[in-house]
Amino acid sequence: MKKIKLILSLLTLITLFITSCGNGEKKQEVSDSAVQNATEVTVEGQGQSAVSDDVSAANALQVAKSIEDFSTLVAAIEAAGVEDAVVNVGPLTIFAPVNSAFDKLPEGTVANLLLPENKSQLAFILTNHVAPANYPDSQLAKEAKKGRKLYMASGKYLVVEEKEDGLYVGGTKILKTVQVSNGWIHVIDNVLVPAE
Amino acid sequence: MKTIFKSLFAITVLSMVLSSCGNGGSKKGSQGALSSSAAEKVYVAPGEHDEFYAFISGGFSGQLAVYGLPSGRLFKVIPVFSVDAEKAYGFNEETKPMLNTSHGFIPWDDSHHPDISQTAGELDGRYLFINGNNTPRIAKIDLTTFETTEIIEIPNSAGNHSSSFVTENTEYVVAGTRFSVPYPQKDMPIDEYKGNFKGALTFIKVDPKDGGMDIKFQIMMPGFNYDLSHPGRGASHGWFFFTTYNTEEANSLLEVNASQNDKDFIAAINWKKIEEYVNNGGGTKAPTNYAHNVYSDETHSATSTMKNEVVIVNPSDVPGAIYFMPTPKSPHGCDVDPSGEYIVGSGKLAAELTIHSFSKMVKAIEEKKFDGDAYGIPIIQYEATLAGTVKQPGLGPLHTEFDGEGNAYTTFFISSEVVKWKLGTWEVIDRKPTYYSVGHLMIPGGNSRKPFGKYVLAMNKITKDRYLATGPEVTQSAQLYDISGEKMELLLDFPTIGEPHYAAGCPASLIEANSKKIYKLEENKHEFAIKSEAEAKVVRKGNEVHIYMTMIRSHFAPDNIEGVQVGDKVYFHVTNLEQDYDVPHGIAMIGANTSELLIMPGQTETFVWEPKQVGVWPFYCTDFCSALHQEMQGYVRVSPKGSNVPLSFTLDGDAVDAE
Repeated sequence: MKKIKLILSLLTLITLFITSCGNGEKKQEVSDSAVQNATEVTVEGQGQSAVSDDVSAANALQVAKSIEDFSTLVAAIEAAGVEDAVVNVGPLTIFAPVNSAFDKLPEGTVANLLLPENKSQLAFILTNHVAPANYPDSQLAKEAKKGRKLYMASGKYLVVEEKEDGLYVGGTKILKTVQVSNGWIHVIDNVLVPAE
Repeated sequence: MKTIFKSLFAITVLSMVLSSCGNGGSKKGSQGALSSSAAEKVYVAPGEHDEFYAFISGGFSGQLAVYGLPSGRLFKVIPVFSVDAEKAYGFNEETKPMLNTSHGFIPWDDSHHPDISQTAGELDGRYLFINGNNTPRIAKIDLTTFETTEIIEIPNSAGNHSSSFVTENTEYVVAGTRFSVPYPQKDMPIDEYKGNFKGALTFIKVDPKDGGMDIKFQIMMPGFNYDLSHPGRGASHGWFFFTTYNTEEANSLLEVNASQNDKDFIAAINWKKIEEYVNNGGGTKAPTNYAHNVYSDETHSATSTMKNEVVIVNPSDVPGAIYFMPTPKSPHGCDVDPSGEYIVGSGKLAAELTIHSFSKMVKAIEEKKFDGDAYGIPIIQYEATLAGTVKQPGLGPLHTEFDGEGNAYTTFFISSEVVKWKLGTWEVIDRKPTYYSVGHLMIPGGNSRKPFGKYVLAMNKITKDRYLATGPEVTQSAQLYDISGEKMELLLDFPTIGEPHYAAGCPASLIEANSKKIYKLEENKHEFAIKSEAEAKVVRKGNEVHIYMTMIRSHFAPDNIEGVQVGDKVYFHVTNLEQDYDVPHGIAMIGANTSELLIMPGQTETFVWEPKQVGVWPFYCTDFCSALHQEMQGYVRVSPKGSNVPLSFTLDGDAVDAE
């Protein structure tokens, strides 16, 4: 990505040189500013997760970050580079595994997923926990009653069931539900690894 | 012969120099103005913020636009005096009362002179006041919400032009009439104007706590035209200065008949003295009729109250409070320098700028240096108040602002230029062309004790070839100059909404941090607000149907409504349940004779729909709110009048609070 940007800015520079008109005296000035502009263009602004806002209700990422038991999840979100998606206007419904859920995975799995070369695999697993939809628990109960599956951001479907002791998604129980500014967080104690 | 030759040569050289100066910004020489250094000075990188807010009035658009300086980027158009379908201003039930007047609902006005509230003579960034010219009104805009929150109609006034300027501590916002009219209004021959028409100068008290406006008194002045005004500051605090023209009291073909007198006046009003007089029971309580409209951020609704009394002050009843300073040739701009000592009168037709001295005025009054009176108001001898004149400054002087460094900047309409000159020596330092025929100019804080003299913005009346052509009607334009150096430098030329009549600028640091992000849902006191989907309901009262609806990403609750009949009056009271910055939702209903609603987080708004046809009719969210915005929709079933389809409302096939 960075390489592409570099090439693009070089191209821009060259184009500017070529197109700068035959006004000999001005040429130096024009190319100077072109250099500066090209430099500016490659400076990337931070994404939406960098917006500072302590007035709105907290969004999914802010809530996750504020709870110690989500530290592995937050680390995974950051490693996968999907922070901006998690603060997006959505709406998003996130089934959020607590730390102990990650501990249940075979030894070394988490460490392996956090490696840079496994970024896309990690992102895929994370997106399997996010439905681009507005599902409070009351709505999940309706989904269960009407036999509708949840379409996840991974492209997979999850089954939601209402049992005697509560709501289950993908076979794991929803322990708690938190409303966030851009949707809902349902706390679970298992990682929803897509069958693949 | 030789000397003649020499001086001829000198003149030729001189004129070459002069004309080359004038070419500075012409088409062929524009590379200079658009040099890379100018571009860098106005370049605000993506994601970076501008240093200043510029609030530029829309003139005949009736609105106020918010720009950033130095970039010239447009951020918001705040509807003030004109309806705005985009924001439902004047269309929804909540804001219709804002445009109520003694003449009924007026959907348009001509917004002219924004002025930011001041504390101790410096901008405080709390409120902005702006005048509606046509049906005289003053509006207040809250600079935390950037919404119009109050409009007060000005009775006994017409062409509310010498308005809406604030005193040093925002004790008053002032509204002066341009057109004199019969007082009280009556059926009378127009040609009996002279001596019978009056010009009201209105002093509106501003509540220091919440900015609430209340007319304290009106001074019933002679029947001149009152053109512009500014407050005294520093030593002259407590005084207000108004330019007048048409002291001839002509009532027809004013371009000729109001240009007869060699000098008109600047009226100097000691408002503190008059305030004291009124506080002690002075003045006459006269019957009148005007609207006072207030919008509340808690109820998200406006109320309009008709008021029927105003205190009238007759100038001759308060001796020592009002004087006239003769000023050449129909003065327009009336600008007071940061120290409060100099009052600059720009005679539209005068060959020079006239600068009066406040301290000389006080002395002249003490020494009674008068040249008679006009309707009992003493006329001070011209020479007695004169501080100086700027000779041959340009053609058609209009307005002056100050940089706080001892310099003044005056616009010249006919010669299309901004001229920089020095206070005290009155010498011209620099002149730069404008494109074309500049009216007002603005330096942030340039008419306060503390100007921020980095930029001057020139607002032009004529555009012609400055931008891509758009048929006979072209956009209007503003031009930004860097004034940090000895010479002005043209940096940027940008289009504006409506007529950029005048502007108020303010450092972003005084405003931005206070800008509201959301309305708290729990603080919503709207009569028809609901705080959760479970409270959604539909209630019939005769032929009125009230829908209490909520919106959240990405649905309405309820979204299916049945039992509505042709002939019903259906009120959609819609609450945005979001509590997240920049997540408004909109709503529009097919066939509704009104605009969409655009509802901010935590806010409730209402529109009325009167279904005329049987059928099932959709409504939808008009603001691209979320990934599932296109799914945010609903239906209303409309049955024939008298149908027995029961009233029902559902979401996902169930009652809204069903699980």
